Amino acid sequence: MKLLTTMMLAGSAAMLATGALAQNTHIDVAMQLEPPNLDPTGGAAQAIDSVVYSNIFEGLTRFMSDGSVVPGLAERWDISDDGLVYTFHLRSGVTFHDGTSMDAEDVKFSLDRARAEDSTNAQKGLFANITDVTVIDPLTVQVTLSVPTGSFLFNMAWGDAVIVAPESIGTAATNPVGTGAFVFQDWVQGDHISIARNPGYWGTPAVLESVTFRFISDPTAAYAALMAEDVDVFAGYPAPENVPQFEADPRFQVLIGNTEGETILAMNNGAEPFNNRLVRKAVAHAIDRQAIIDGAMYGMGTPIGTHFAPHNPDYIDLTGLSNYDPELSRQLLAEAGYPDGFDTVMTLPPPSYARRGGEIIAAQLREVGINAEIQNQEWAQWLEVTFGGHDYGLTIVSHTEPMDIGIYANPGYYFQYDNPDFQKLMATLNQTTEPAARSDLLKQAQTIIAEDYVNGYLFELAIPTIARAGIEGLWLNQPTAAIDMTAVSWP
Amino acid sequence: MRMPRSLILGSLLTMVFAGGALLSFIWTPYDIETLAIPQRLQTPTGAHWLGTDQLGRDIVSMIMMGARTSIAVALLAVGIGICLGVPLGLVAAARRGSMLDEVIMRGNDLIFAFPSLVIAILITAVFGAGATNAIIAIGIFNIPVFARVTRGAALSFWSRDFILAARVAGKSPARISVEHILPNIANLLIVQSTIQFSLGILAVAALSYIGLGAQPPTASWGRMLADAQTLASIAPHVALVPGLAIVFTVLGLNLMGDGLRDLLDPRIRVART
Repeated sequence: MKLLTTMMLAGSAAMLATGALAQNTHIDVAMQLEPPNLDPTGGAAQAIDSVVYSNIFEGLTRFMSDGSVVPGLAERWDISDDGLVYTFHLRSGVTFHDGTSMDAEDVKFSLDRARAEDSTNAQKGLFANITDVTVIDPLTVQVTLSVPTGSFLFNMAWGDAVIVAPESIGTAATNPVGTGAFVFQDWVQGDHISIARNPGYWGTPAVLESVTFRFISDPTAAYAALMAEDVDVFAGYPAPENVPQFEADPRFQVLIGNTEGETILAMNNGAEPFNNRLVRKAVAHAIDRQAIIDGAMYGMGTPIGTHFAPHNPDYIDLTGLSNYDPELSRQLLAEAGYPDGFDTVMTLPPPSYARRGGEIIAAQLREVGINAEIQNQEWAQWLEVTFGGHDYGLTIVSHTEPMDIGIYANPGYYFQYDNPDFQKLMATLNQTTEPAARSDLLKQAQTIIAEDYVNGYLFELAIPTIARAGIEGLWLNQPTAAIDMTAVSWP
Repeated sequence: MRMPRSLILGSLLTMVFAGGALLSFIWTPYDIETLAIPQRLQTPTGAHWLGTDQLGRDIVSMIMMGARTSIAVALLAVGIGICLGVPLGLVAAARRGSMLDEVIMRGNDLIFAFPSLVIAILITAVFGAGATNAIIAIGIFNIPVFARVTRGAALSFWSRDFILAARVAGKSPARISVEHILPNIANLLIVQSTIQFSLGILAVAALSYIGLGAQPPTASWGRMLADAQTLASIAPHVALVPGLAIVFTVLGLNLMGDGLRDLLDPRIRVART
């Protein structure tokens, strides 16, 4: 007991010495984009999940930082032999932040709501195979699928599949009520969101008493805020050129993690001249990936040759199919009927990988005679004109959803790739649960889109998280967009 | 009579940048459209006099090409102001006190009432970023400046005897404006032009800085500054050079404007002799 008191005294003396009393129980986290609302089941913005995933809302299963899927609100589950019926056994004693209990009815409500006809869920595909959700007893729920879905437990870990309560979902956009280790406190738009420790949490309680998320979009301001120690953590630091400085500064630690972000030079497969495979192949060979990674990202990022994450065990390296070869590119253009190249438009959304990468790619394309006029677009404009309106030639964007190769089976998607063979392959994949067979199908899928040169595959986005030295428990990798603060602590 | 010192210094500074811009049409040390990423962020050396930027481009070449963009945009914007503002001012002075005079001058007041840079941002944001829209956006705000200066100066001549003589001789107000008024107020307009020109350079830089000016690969000083911001602690020269280019060009033009006024303004000229 005496020893404990001494330690506490020493501890408080150290705290007083640093002049930051609140430091041991509070962390200021900065992120670049502010979420448009706080309902992860009703919006596509990654920033929503960054704030609420695991902190406020939880699903039946959840991702860990290494990408593995572990039990969440479901303690365990049984899968029927035909792979069609999943029986989830929920944890007991879980309550929402408003005091109501979380039970099988809430699970049924959440899943039915997400897959309903009028659902605004951004990832309705996750729920497409569910035919029925039945409540067996308050802690048991049975989900029936139309076809065996190998990725079902993975799907249920997404931020779009979190469990919400019918009592509170109406106001979730501004006042999210979940089951997580943190309770939503307040949101001052344009400035910050505060969350505080949930004293009644069912699992291991959070170490921190409170966390504040701040929004700093400007890279220069981000640098200044960190250097001045105004923020303790910057998740997704936007200026990779400054990372070596933070690495050299003993006040900070730098975590460079994988993301699920395949950064691609998307081509409009539905319009001239990119509906011609030879043209797309020419573009692919005109791109020097390493120059883009070095020039735009200061070396952060892994080259990819297809739409798949390199850290996934099923990834195959297909970068050789589209190696940098401007001479070949010019030949291919001539073969395709464009010996003198052509003019096109390259729209660029705001992130620095796009704006900086775009300038470099435009220069590389000029070398082979393709004149890509750069048009900078804000996100809303990009979503409307490029993504929704298909009014573009080339664009650069990072697809940060995990395992999203299925988008190539949707001919209405913005790059308008329509290949019945690929669509058939994806349908087969969705019904395959046997791991070896799935792996084989995924490799085939990667090869098809790489050989069709659907898009220019650039690199897998790396995410630098910069934190004050000593802070522990932060996610290194980003299997999904999340700034999970539940296990984070000061030393 | 002695040349004002500010005119000499200002003209020299202006000529350095104007000369660089002209030279860039036939020669730059390096091609700025070719990137050399392995050679990026070099400090000044014999090969690259001012070093290289974040994409390995030679900064001297970038400044020369940027000077061309800045000068071209500002020049055309001032041109819009002169071509539309001066005739409007002459008409307003010739028909002073009439309804037309009121309409023209209150229209000018209306444009003046808007914060110019904010409207320029609005115009380029709505019609798309690019050099042409930047020229129009900046040019519009030059119109009322020239209209006012022209009208004010012209009014003081309309009551003079030689104008009266011209009227008695049967010349129309339009002919009087062009043949007698315009030559007499030309020096004022020249001085005003240099001032508007320097403001134009600043406006172009501001628009480019927020990404609404000339788009890559066209070089522009404002965007060079914006791109170099986060590099300020690693490679300060990348940000300093375009910043200093803007400062010295604007300083040069202002000094030149001052000197020209000293040289051309009849009242000051009388005072000095």
